[in-house]
Amino acid sequence: MTPSTDWFFRWFHILAGIMWIGLLYFFNFVNVEAVKQATAAGEAAPISKYVVPRALLFFRWGAVVTWIFGAALLGGYLAPNGSNGFVAAFTLQGAMAPIGFGAWLGTIMLLNVWGLIWPNQKKILGFVPATDAEKAKARRIAFLASRTNTMLSIPMIFFMATGPTSMSQFIYR
Amino acid sequence: MKNPLDSLSGTVICGFIVTAILWYIARTIVSHAIGAGA
Repeated sequence: MTPSTDWFFRWFHILAGIMWIGLLYFFNFVNVEAVKQATAAGEAAPISKYVVPRALLFFRWGAVVTWIFGAALLGGYLAPNGSNGFVAAFTLQGAMAPIGFGAWLGTIMLLNVWGLIWPNQKKILGFVPATDAEKAKARRIAFLASRTNTMLSIPMIFFMATGPTSMSQFIYR
Repeated sequence: MKNPLDSLSGTVICGFIVTAILWYIARTIVSHAIGAGA
């Protein structure tokens, strides 16, 4: 990776990451409680019809774009031991371990989005046929998967934002 | 036992605990690498 291309991948990785994690926090910190109150008031339908599908669209594709630009950014670097940055990060090699933890957490979260949240949201929103019992089960799975991602976002952002600097007292002593 | 992920505060607290555990593991890996001259 040269400085002439690094900025591009880093910029779009962060832009897409804000889109993804911002919407994740919207769902967990705002929407869950808002839907609960709106349902009690009999007014939840517009949220499910107009807000959630649009938010999920940018949420799930934001996750993909974030991962691709992050992977490209890592792949463009050489690790201190000379191996490819992507491989060194995902195999937690030495000083690449901190960013590797961030990369693994981001990857688990991406798989959570496409493997659990989106398939179950499609049942909840009626995009695919499901019985009431299947919808109730889907609602619980999607909720827990989303909460798991919110929980994992805390260490993920820590390692992404701080990288090896959180270990600086051990590296640069 | 209640699932901590059912509440927002439980979710956030779990996130900080996982961060501390992973930081300790990462620190151990980095320290060993520095010690080995990698």
